[in-house]
Amino acid sequence: MAQLNMIEAIRDALDVKMSQDSDVLVFGEDVGYFGGVFRCTAGLQEKHGLHRCFDTPISEGGIIGIAVGMAANGLRPVPEIQFADYIYPAYDQIASEAARLRYRSNGDFTAPITIRTPVGGGIYGGTTHSQSPEALFTHIAGLKTVIPSNPYDAKGLLIAAIEDNDPVLFLEPKRLYNGPFSGDPHAPAKNWTGNELGEVPEGHYTVELGEARMISEGDDVTILAYGTMVWVAKAVTEEMGVNADILDLRSLLPYDLESITNSVNKTGRCVILHEATRTSGFGAELSALVQEHCFYALEAPVQRVTGWDTPYPHAQEWAYFPGPKRVRLAISSVMETA
Amino acid sequence: MARKPSNNRSRLHVPEPPFRPGDTPDYSHISVPADHTPVRPDPLCDPHETSEHALKLIRVLRFSGEAVGDWKPDLSAEQLRNALKSLMMTRAMDERMFNMQRQGKMSFYMKSTGEEAVSVGHAMALNNSDMIFPTYRQQGILIHRGASIKEMMCQCLSNAGDPLDGKSIPVLYSFKKHGFFSISGNLGTQLIQGVGWGMASAYKNSDEIASVFTGEGATAEGDFHYALNFASTYRAPCIINVVNNQWAISSFQGIAAGEGETFAARGTGYGLATLRVDGNDLLAVYAATKWAAERARNGGGATLIEHFTYRKAGHSTSDDPTKYRPENEPEVWPFGDPIERLKIHLIHLKEWDEARHEALAEECKTRIREIYKDAESMGNLAGDTQVNDYTMFEQVYEHAPDHIDAQRKMFEAESD
Repeated sequence: MAQLNMIEAIRDALDVKMSQDSDVLVFGEDVGYFGGVFRCTAGLQEKHGLHRCFDTPISEGGIIGIAVGMAANGLRPVPEIQFADYIYPAYDQIASEAARLRYRSNGDFTAPITIRTPVGGGIYGGTTHSQSPEALFTHIAGLKTVIPSNPYDAKGLLIAAIEDNDPVLFLEPKRLYNGPFSGDPHAPAKNWTGNELGEVPEGHYTVELGEARMISEGDDVTILAYGTMVWVAKAVTEEMGVNADILDLRSLLPYDLESITNSVNKTGRCVILHEATRTSGFGAELSALVQEHCFYALEAPVQRVTGWDTPYPHAQEWAYFPGPKRVRLAISSVMETA
Repeated sequence: MARKPSNNRSRLHVPEPPFRPGDTPDYSHISVPADHTPVRPDPLCDPHETSEHALKLIRVLRFSGEAVGDWKPDLSAEQLRNALKSLMMTRAMDERMFNMQRQGKMSFYMKSTGEEAVSVGHAMALNNSDMIFPTYRQQGILIHRGASIKEMMCQCLSNAGDPLDGKSIPVLYSFKKHGFFSISGNLGTQLIQGVGWGMASAYKNSDEIASVFTGEGATAEGDFHYALNFASTYRAPCIINVVNNQWAISSFQGIAAGEGETFAARGTGYGLATLRVDGNDLLAVYAATKWAAERARNGGGATLIEHFTYRKAGHSTSDDPTKYRPENEPEVWPFGDPIERLKIHLIHLKEWDEARHEALAEECKTRIREIYKDAESMGNLAGDTQVNDYTMFEQVYEHAPDHIDAQRKMFEAESD
């Protein structure tokens, strides 16, 4: 067991898989010699060789395109897209190709690819380094989308994703790389030391795709969150003294319907949190699922706390970010409704 | 009759083909070079030694049937007759399938008429384990590699014999066992995938290479440029083929490329070897492919080959080519027909004659008719496809997640 931050946990997962399986290749912009702009691949080229961890041209469509071909030829590529905001040139290769190859060929060819990419705000990245585009990907049949909120899950989920025989989009909430985030930018930054989810086992282990994690248990309200918002929810409920089931979904597609419905049927109240824009966000899907499966248990309308339907602004970062104030208001609102 | 475009009244240049319906096509301005085929350099030459090849045209077969020049390959009469049969089987199958589509037996079909030599000549020059990333007009490769024509037909008929269980539209074959990658309907996407396949092959120290195809129209997609760039950067063992058949549905090749440069010349700036070949000359296609394969297999990296040919039929069963080009343009196209040219060559070699040719044509037609009958007995779109609807829920993922299982049950309920 070691105390790791999320960057180290991700690097450890890559190292474990690269050591175990020569079919695992890591590549992307600046990931080789330099080790990635967030350092997630630091040291991998030196340890595993130039041919196992290498730089690519600035060409996201090309990066995912070669990954599809490599996967079809028996490898397990783990490409990195430097920021999720840059993933759109690769959208066709992900949506039309990687995700559909198995179906289109009826299993003749498959694309076991894990695409890693940092998401979310909180680092003054503005419109082009802060986006949370998960809903554009959870809408794609044939693709899985996961998003860990802590070092333990990051390593276990990444190993599981690499071992999965279908393409997986692995979203890394960049604000959590170095520590959990309460949503208050003025509070002193925390690191992962002392957080039990920063305790990461050595070697190989997996976290199954499709299973949510209960972060805290309580009978008052269910909070469905993922990524950075998990820690905002934790801070706010603790401060409010609310006994909440905080479900960290971890895996958006496939999702853990059983954990969601069990919790909402118990509490009767549900707040959904995400950083992404509101309209047609993944929260809309969660809200619909709760309505379909828990309607008669609900005591109050389901609330969504999200980013606004605007591009992610720069100077207005904390006005945009669905921080403690917005979360508190939503929780109060579902708690007040008789 | 389609209307001719009105005169351009601004300085904006919009390219137009030389002839539209109602015109009398005259291609006498296109020179059909016989004697100035560029030399055959060493396959491991510096890529710039092939830059003039991108502007000229490699030809082996003269219209007289004579094979000439240093690209002339060493193929036995038996190999040539075998190639001729593949060309003729491909054409016969295309004819049959087109007609059956017209009878409503399948939703769609795409012929490769006039450009069969590109596929067959190419297949002859590669190993069967080399992976082809084809477009929808490389059926000749499957036929030459000995794929089951019945399975191909069943795929088009989307019936119980379809290896893809009706999931894909006709012609979008997938035959891993024949080194034939699943065809995407999104054009151009497979080019960069083929480069990745080749990179993986190099990584594994395997001798297998990838050969990727696009029509000239889809070279305008970004994927084409990704492919050339990555192929160059990583010296991927692959061949990038542009089949320039002059027409992308109704758009002539000048829309994709402008009118300044050849498609082969696109490779020069990327530092790739570049060849431009008469795609109606099976021997030239074979020779160019052989050269590029040898280069790729020996660490020389990728070659861009432009196969200069002509799409004699419509794009698919969904368009009528007489609406956008002169009806007789295919006949007056100056590079001739690939089957006719190979036939004349074999006759020139005294290895073939008209009677044998007619007999072979009849044999292909009969054989195709028999196979089709057998295939159609497994279902078709006009009657019952005999495909189980529940297969639509399969192969989305390796294991169906709960939400797909739930939807399968919803479908079951609505089917009661």
